[in-house]
Amino acid sequence: MNRREALAALSLLSLAACSSSSDTATGSAAGGGAGVGAGGVSSAELGGPGSGRVVPGTQQDLEVNVGDRVFFAFDSSVLDDAARQTLERQAAWLKQFPAVSVTIEGHCDERGTREYNLALGDRRANAVKTYLVALGVSPDRIRTISYGKERPADPGHDETAWALNRRAVTVVNVSN
Amino acid sequence: MSPRPLLPRRTLLAGAAALGAGTLLAPPGRAQLQLDITRGFVEPMPIAVSPFAGDGPAARERGEAIALLVSADLDSSGLFRTIDRRAYIQSPEALREIPRFADWRAINAQALVTGVVRSAEPLLVEFRLWDVFGGTQMKGLRLEAPAASWRRLAHKIADAVYERLTGERGYFDTKIAYIAESGPPTRRIKRVAVMDQDGANHNFLTDGGQLVLTPRLSPDVGTIAYLVFRPPAPRVVLRELASGREIVLGEFPGMSFAPRFSPDGRTLLVSIAQGGDTDLFALDLASRRLRRLTEGASIDTSPSFSPDGSRIAFNSDRGGSPQLYVMNADGSGVRRISFGSGRYGEPEWSPRGDLVAFSKIEKGFFHIGVMKPDGSDERLLTRAFQDESPTWAPNGRVVLFSRQDRTGGRTRLFSIDVTGYNQREIPTPMDASDPNWSAPLP
Repeated sequence: MNRREALAALSLLSLAACSSSSDTATGSAAGGGAGVGAGGVSSAELGGPGSGRVVPGTQQDLEVNVGDRVFFAFDSSVLDDAARQTLERQAAWLKQFPAVSVTIEGHCDERGTREYNLALGDRRANAVKTYLVALGVSPDRIRTISYGKERPADPGHDETAWALNRRAVTVVNVSN
Repeated sequence: MSPRPLLPRRTLLAGAAALGAGTLLAPPGRAQLQLDITRGFVEPMPIAVSPFAGDGPAARERGEAIALLVSADLDSSGLFRTIDRRAYIQSPEALREIPRFADWRAINAQALVTGVVRSAEPLLVEFRLWDVFGGTQMKGLRLEAPAASWRRLAHKIADAVYERLTGERGYFDTKIAYIAESGPPTRRIKRVAVMDQDGANHNFLTDGGQLVLTPRLSPDVGTIAYLVFRPPAPRVVLRELASGREIVLGEFPGMSFAPRFSPDGRTLLVSIAQGGDTDLFALDLASRRLRRLTEGASIDTSPSFSPDGSRIAFNSDRGGSPQLYVMNADGSGVRRISFGSGRYGEPEWSPRGDLVAFSKIEKGFFHIGVMKPDGSDERLLTRAFQDESPTWAPNGRVVLFSRQDRTGGRTRLFSIDVTGYNQREIPTPMDASDPNWSAPLP
């Protein structure tokens, strides 16, 4: 499952959870007299997909409300404007949740050798770490790991997939 | 016809001795039959491999199987073409004596392999190689092995035939380590596997629970090094092949990867990534001392020793893009050797010392190529969506590599002669990558 599918599945789960609880509410409401008459339509406010379920300070919070990843040009570890903006949000978020520690995963597209890509992924992960530290996040809270080209986000073999795979992903450490 | 090159006789005898072999009467004499495999396409030599005679039914059955395996080995080299045994006139039993050469000339066999299985358990085999048109014996060996090692014994016979007819060392009694792949592309399950050169005796060394990459067999084929993703950081580990026991190397200061043994097996080269900088280090396996070989902010990885251990080829982006470099074994005297267009990686020094194989990415294609160690005479052997991880047959005549298809995404192993001919798929039970061809088995 790729990230887009994962998010879609997550939204569906949340919606299902909402509808089942509102079913219950409607059922009890019918007895309470606050509901609608036969044939009527009830309505309730609905937040953004998944937003109602997100626990602050979690991986999901980071993904949905901050942005958990930045992307790179081919054979580059340079952070562009979009990447820096994402990392500035990440740094603010990390300051908001001082107990959270993270691992930066560096990844590459498949258009390089396996070993060179392991080194390049390490370089990307450390570019992110360096920027977060410069923004005031303690280096003790940030680990790095490189997966090279071993864990593509998109399984495709074209430029669209490769652009999505040249990335560094910030992952909240579960044990903390 | 060129004179017969001197055989690496020392090697052959060492190999044969391990199986309890002795040389049968084989007067050196002058050879009439010689295959020159050093230039381009070679028309395969027609050769007859008779089923070996046997003292008793079990021995006869084994003799059939050995002859088939010898044929398969020789045919796989692309240098020989085994003539269909249904065309053979003389029977295996009649071939216990000197062959009736006219019968073999009649089917245009240039060379003839005959043999007798004296005993099936333990296995005792005599084989002879004959020059059909010269009417002489070119080679004779008596080999002994436990019955379970019958495939190795057959590979040694094929090696002896190959060596005698080409002047080059055989490579059939060898193993291939590789990474077996399964599962979806985004969560690939990878396992270290080892098999015989022809795919037999396939063995998984790891269970797929942890991501593993880039296995390398030690020169004595007793140990295997590979990268395992195991907390706190991905690292190189060593494992004994016979016992399966892991040898702890201790902690590295960062992610360690890209393991390569020195030709004497005493040193393991590794890359260590620390803070975004990847450098080469030499780990002395006896003292566990780690010596830095390169420094600076560039990526230095994929090292490969020259066969005499004096130099190291490696991959570096110090010049702005990934290129090939050569340095002395102590890290001094770094020199760039790749100057063509494109991005180079994974230099692999030939066991003969005369060439460096590499992978190259250019204009959307991956190639496997070779160049001389000074960077001259670059030749590309393959072109595909993704060809990677070249590794040499121990005689330096064949390169093994992995190929990933763009459509379907399958990854498989292929071999190709250094001449650029005879490309073949090496069958594996599942997808395969990161091959490493062993030295001849001790």
